[in-house]
Amino acid sequence: MSTVLEHVACPFCGCVCDDIAVEVDGGRVLKVKRACTSGQGVFMEYDPSPRLPRVRGAEVDWDVAVAEAAAILDASDSPLIYGLSSSASEAQRKAVALADRLGAVIDSTSSVCHGPTGLAMQAVGEPTCTLGEVRDRADVLVFWGCNPDQSHLRHLARYSANARGALTPNGRGDRTVYVVDVRETGTAKKADHFLQVAPGCDYEVLTTLRLLVQGGEPDVDVVGGIPVADLTELVERLKACRYGVFFMGMGLTMTAARQLNVAELFTLVAELNAFARCSVIPMRGHGNVTGADQVLTWTSGYPFAVSYARGYPQFSPGEFSAVDMLARRAADAALILASDPGAHFPRAAAAVLEEIPTIVLDHGPSVTAGHATVLFPTAAYGVDAAGTAYRMDNVPIPLSQVIETGRPTDEDILGRLIEAVRP
Amino acid sequence: MMLGIVGGRVYDPCNGRDGEVADVWVKDGRVVEAATIDRERAEIVDAAGLVVMPGGVEIHSHLVGAKVNSGRKLRPEDHRGNERVRAGAFRSGVGGTVPTTYVSGYLYSEMGYTTIMEAATAPLVARHTHEELEDMPNLDKGVFITMGNNHFIMQAVSEGRPEMARDYVAWLLKATKGYAIKLVNPGGVENWKWGKNVSELDDPVIGYEGVTPRKIVETLAWVNEELGLPHVPHIHGINLGRSTSARTTVETMKTLAGRRAHYCHLQFLSYGEGPRHVNKGEAAAVAAAVNADPAMTVDVGQIVFGQATTMTSDGPLQYSLHQTAGGRWMNDDVESESGGGIVPITYKRTNPVNATMWRTGLEIFLLVEDPWRVFLTTDHPNGGRFTSYPQVIRLLMDRAYREETFAGIHARARKGALLPELEREYSLYDIAVITRAGPARALGLETKGHLGVGADADIAIYAEQDDKEAMFAKPRYVFKDGVLVARDGVLVAEVPGRTFYVAPPYDPAIEDEIRAYFERAYTVAYENYAVLAGDVAGAEPVACG
Repeated sequence: MSTVLEHVACPFCGCVCDDIAVEVDGGRVLKVKRACTSGQGVFMEYDPSPRLPRVRGAEVDWDVAVAEAAAILDASDSPLIYGLSSSASEAQRKAVALADRLGAVIDSTSSVCHGPTGLAMQAVGEPTCTLGEVRDRADVLVFWGCNPDQSHLRHLARYSANARGALTPNGRGDRTVYVVDVRETGTAKKADHFLQVAPGCDYEVLTTLRLLVQGGEPDVDVVGGIPVADLTELVERLKACRYGVFFMGMGLTMTAARQLNVAELFTLVAELNAFARCSVIPMRGHGNVTGADQVLTWTSGYPFAVSYARGYPQFSPGEFSAVDMLARRAADAALILASDPGAHFPRAAAAVLEEIPTIVLDHGPSVTAGHATVLFPTAAYGVDAAGTAYRMDNVPIPLSQVIETGRPTDEDILGRLIEAVRP
Repeated sequence: MMLGIVGGRVYDPCNGRDGEVADVWVKDGRVVEAATIDRERAEIVDAAGLVVMPGGVEIHSHLVGAKVNSGRKLRPEDHRGNERVRAGAFRSGVGGTVPTTYVSGYLYSEMGYTTIMEAATAPLVARHTHEELEDMPNLDKGVFITMGNNHFIMQAVSEGRPEMARDYVAWLLKATKGYAIKLVNPGGVENWKWGKNVSELDDPVIGYEGVTPRKIVETLAWVNEELGLPHVPHIHGINLGRSTSARTTVETMKTLAGRRAHYCHLQFLSYGEGPRHVNKGEAAAVAAAVNADPAMTVDVGQIVFGQATTMTSDGPLQYSLHQTAGGRWMNDDVESESGGGIVPITYKRTNPVNATMWRTGLEIFLLVEDPWRVFLTTDHPNGGRFTSYPQVIRLLMDRAYREETFAGIHARARKGALLPELEREYSLYDIAVITRAGPARALGLETKGHLGVGADADIAIYAEQDDKEAMFAKPRYVFKDGVLVARDGVLVAEVPGRTFYVAPPYDPAIEDEIRAYFERAYTVAYENYAVLAGDVAGAEPVACG
């Protein structure tokens, strides 16, 4: 007898869509409705078969694995805890507690993603809003260096360009959509205006927009590949809008000026508020990367790249960020949680992960898991474990357990490690 | 577990004890009759010569949740130099104006406080607030839920259906595991989403025909009475910080004349038009309105010179502060419900505006005659850190210290000040009222703020000193539910706390209406919105009616 569970939240990306219907039977997912193809994969491709932990490739029971992992952490002078973003906040809290206990460095995938966004926020602040305000009010949208058409597949329909809300009953018809990007992306094809910025030139375009907002007149006709006339049109549209919203992605955070790009955008949005209400929402990737920032901040004061080595939290991106810790060989053991740095990090950092002892908690196979000294096959939050995820706009959403597999959660394993390591 | 605190001078205003020497007996975390104790088996604390008070009760502080956490993230520079080192099983973290959750719990505990109220959470992010509260040990807690700009409530007001608002509020408090109704700039935050604000109680709220700040206040006061909530409507009025604030504050109080209400951080709302764009302090007028109406309570929101982080749900206020102060600005509009903003600030004694705020707060403390109706807060971290309470206590108890500090503030703030004429000095009894007994009574927390039989054994014991700041900064002993948690101002134990919430009954028919409303108004499913009691560690309902 199958059962259909309604209002299930999808843990895949920062949209955390919570309108998914999942049909389950006997511990298996049969069908998923309303999810995007990525979300379908989360539920349909999940392998719920029971698995034992492994130590150096050999299956062992859970107690042995916990003891092995604790021995690695106890022997380490400089452990690194990394990942967090596809886990639930309950587990993230345990990960920080473990880092505090061990005097470890802890970092999330933010450091290779929207870390610069956090630095920009610290520098200038951030005028933002929840996605419902975008849906209900926004009449001008600007997607800058992000491409939700391919990365956040339901974003445009559910929250932004096409979404129908209180003041936008006609959805797309009630909005003007701009895309600023280096190439004509899928999102750009769906926009009213595509402004093609030359690679690496976002900062000067943003500065020019600020100048135009203040009524200045650039003495050139083209900036960063974009005609000033087009930028002027955008500024006039924003100054006259009801509620303008920018979404920004790694086209700003991971190019040339990084946090300076983002700070310039956040400042532009703040300054636009003298004319019309404007907000900006970072297009966060992993399902609960926003939660990782939140949890680290409420426990350590800082959103990522935190070292507890001196017995208290210190924040230093570029020093305590995982790529840098590994590439400098500053970490002598690593606990990797819900992420795959072995596949995604620069070679110089990823290679070190193959040399130092690693403890990996993951619900599926990964490059990192393949090299794990101790591998804990944990449950997937949102599939066979319940928890909490923070949407890209910082709204917390409960993740359901749609099937029961009996696998321990990340929270369980981290809790056991906290007990098992030397006090 | 049995405990006797013997021979201390007990300041327990709820039970009329003003420093009389008495014993306090504790069994299983509660205060009990002496006769029920086996003294041979009880742990005895010799309190001879010491001052024994109930644990402190915080009625208004911004400690956890979305806004506070944004403030933490925004201010790395504020954390540095304020680190707290891990000590055994006690967590490390940072202090400063927006401490991390564990550190907040520890610092309150070390200051003799045992109960706190988080002053503002938008319903949509209440789940976040409760997650942080679980990571804030050693305190019992409650959460105020912002409702002054809630679309469903404003729609009910517009349609003239207050009973719909009543049932919705009951549902909302249960769904958020909230403790009280909070109003922040009613109507003004909604108008801010259109780039505007309200400035008068009868200004229209955009999109809600016939709705005004006055009608929102009146409706929620009526709802509060109908539901019999343990606390009263907790009001942050319109025009905060503006030269019209004293006038509209008094007008708001008159609107609710004779009805129970709490006006928070009153200092920030007690200004009139002054020369050269420096607001004039109107403590006398506002305090007179408080004195005239025994149904109301207030807290002061005293500013403390030094670093602060302003953070409120008052979006337009925070924007105007950003325009005035420059620098970093955080804003967060929350769909269908609320908003908010953050601006870091430094209060300087040499700044005429800041200095006026400082002395206006103290004037309110000294001009409100009944200590049972004025409570100690700094509106942490808006006016100053909660760790500054001992300093404020000294200012209230020690006129010479007050005069000395007053002499050092900007001359324009001294001009016209009432402070030099106010000779009143608070007594230890008065301090026990404004930091314990009064707030607990206003909150309707029957087991808090006193040391009578049945009270929770939350107890702070101080060695009396001439320097009242030093005295209150480091209690000799602090007990939470009968467990010694701090000694000589140093944490010695970590215990979990309760989260008080209310769940007044309501007509279940409202749920269908709310469910239909959710389809239109929210990007989160109705089914995923409510925080369940099982989601909140130590959840404890408090009776209504």
